[in-house]
Amino acid sequence: MTEPDRVHRYGLDALLVDVPSAAHARHMAERVRARPGVLDAVPSATSLLITCADATAIPKLARWASDAAGNLPDLPDLAPATGALIEIPVSYDGADLGSVAAATGLTPREVIERHTAATYTAAFAGFAPGFVYLDGLDPTLRLPRRTDPRTRVPTGSVAIAHDYTAVYPRESPGGWHLIGSTEVAMFDAARSRPATIEPGQRVRFVEAAR
Amino acid sequence: MTSPRPEAAAHLRVEATGPLALPVDLGRPGWARAGVAPSGPFDLAAHRAANAALGNQPTDATLEILLGGLRLRVHRAVVLCLTGAPAPIRVDGLPLAHHRPFAAGAGSVVEIARPTIGLRSYLAVAGGFDLPAVLGSRCYDTLAHLGPPPLQAGQPIAVGHHHGTFATPEAPAPLRDLAAPLAVLPPPRPLPIETLRALTGSAWRISPDSDRVAVRLAGPPIPQPPGQVPSEGVILGAIQLPPSGQPLIFGPDHPLTGGYPVIGVLPRDGVDRLAQIPPGQVVAFAPEATTRSH
Repeated sequence: MTEPDRVHRYGLDALLVDVPSAAHARHMAERVRARPGVLDAVPSATSLLITCADATAIPKLARWASDAAGNLPDLPDLAPATGALIEIPVSYDGADLGSVAAATGLTPREVIERHTAATYTAAFAGFAPGFVYLDGLDPTLRLPRRTDPRTRVPTGSVAIAHDYTAVYPRESPGGWHLIGSTEVAMFDAARSRPATIEPGQRVRFVEAAR
Repeated sequence: MTSPRPEAAAHLRVEATGPLALPVDLGRPGWARAGVAPSGPFDLAAHRAANAALGNQPTDATLEILLGGLRLRVHRAVVLCLTGAPAPIRVDGLPLAHHRPFAAGAGSVVEIARPTIGLRSYLAVAGGFDLPAVLGSRCYDTLAHLGPPPLQAGQPIAVGHHHGTFATPEAPAPLRDLAAPLAVLPPPRPLPIETLRALTGSAWRISPDSDRVAVRLAGPPIPQPPGQVPSEGVILGAIQLPPSGQPLIFGPDHPLTGGYPVIGVLPRDGVDRLAQIPPGQVVAFAPEATTRSH
């Protein structure tokens, strides 16, 4: 294959394309999903995975991806979030709220204020159905993952780690800092759009009335 | 979500299951936006062969039976076919051939015992198992807990209408070469040659904590290649290197994304073979000599 370095063959039936940002990955994902032979596209912070039913579509797709990745719009020109702003009511009762406050030099109240002040962009999905990495966390709240991941994080936990905040859609193991909880169901397979938040949408967290 | 038929119409009832018997079909690709990975049969060729022998569609659901132990009571006559790991089949005690369509009449008992070689057998029924689809698929994803759940004793199962003709199956893919080296494709991103050679230069034991999410390998630890790998999309067959240095190979229920270096990729036919290799067995990997298909 002759594609330049940013397009990588991944097994027989997939391509991995290096992109500068999650917004670029989403931009390309929306366009590639409609192309012949494409099964799905999985954006991440730095790349786009394109999966195909078989290898026949790969050479043509590799050329398309190479062109597309070489002619990406500048970030400000990318369409920002589409559709309605999604508001998630949160009770800030997370088990790690105190330790997050201590680690960031803030009071718990300040952690809540900073978490609710931001408008987040759903960057990409992963980890579990309905789990979406939300970009736009206040820089003062950025912490590495917990050194001792929990084996059991409750459904609806609102959490932060690294540059992201997210909601755990169901009980699962997890290493993020739990600062609150929501009763909004993040995933329901019976809905036509099963995930409450999809990549590209905007999200705000609103403190629930106590 | 479609509804299964009422219980009164059930052709079959599960009387007993072994370690794990779950519905599989071609999975649910196309739901990455919702954070859902595709899932699917571990041994795709065996799933396809079972449906083909009965004139079913490739999309029809089969049962992936881990290490046998399945007993079904037949309420309405069915035609079945078992492929994959050759598990002894008995209908009312009568032994029947693997990889051939067979009939089971009303009132009979179908028993699938522990296979003599391999791990996973695939049972198809003419017309397909009529189970409730979730996001377009009758496949159970053991990581995401999506789809019709693993079979349980007492469960009735309906069967769809059969419109196909029975076929003379091709000879089953031999399971006898389970010990032959697995061909491995290069990783998507360039890696130091030492990392690549570490995988193909050692023998690896299949770890007992392997499942449909990942098959874990035990052997001499491979040092992490330099550089950070951000979390990004992964595929079936990707060989990931966690900090322990013990590689794991993603199976059909792999997560959508992974955050460790990928040091090689098993092609689909290699994953089909991997599906049948029991824990404790030693495997080796050989670099794929030529690129295929283009």
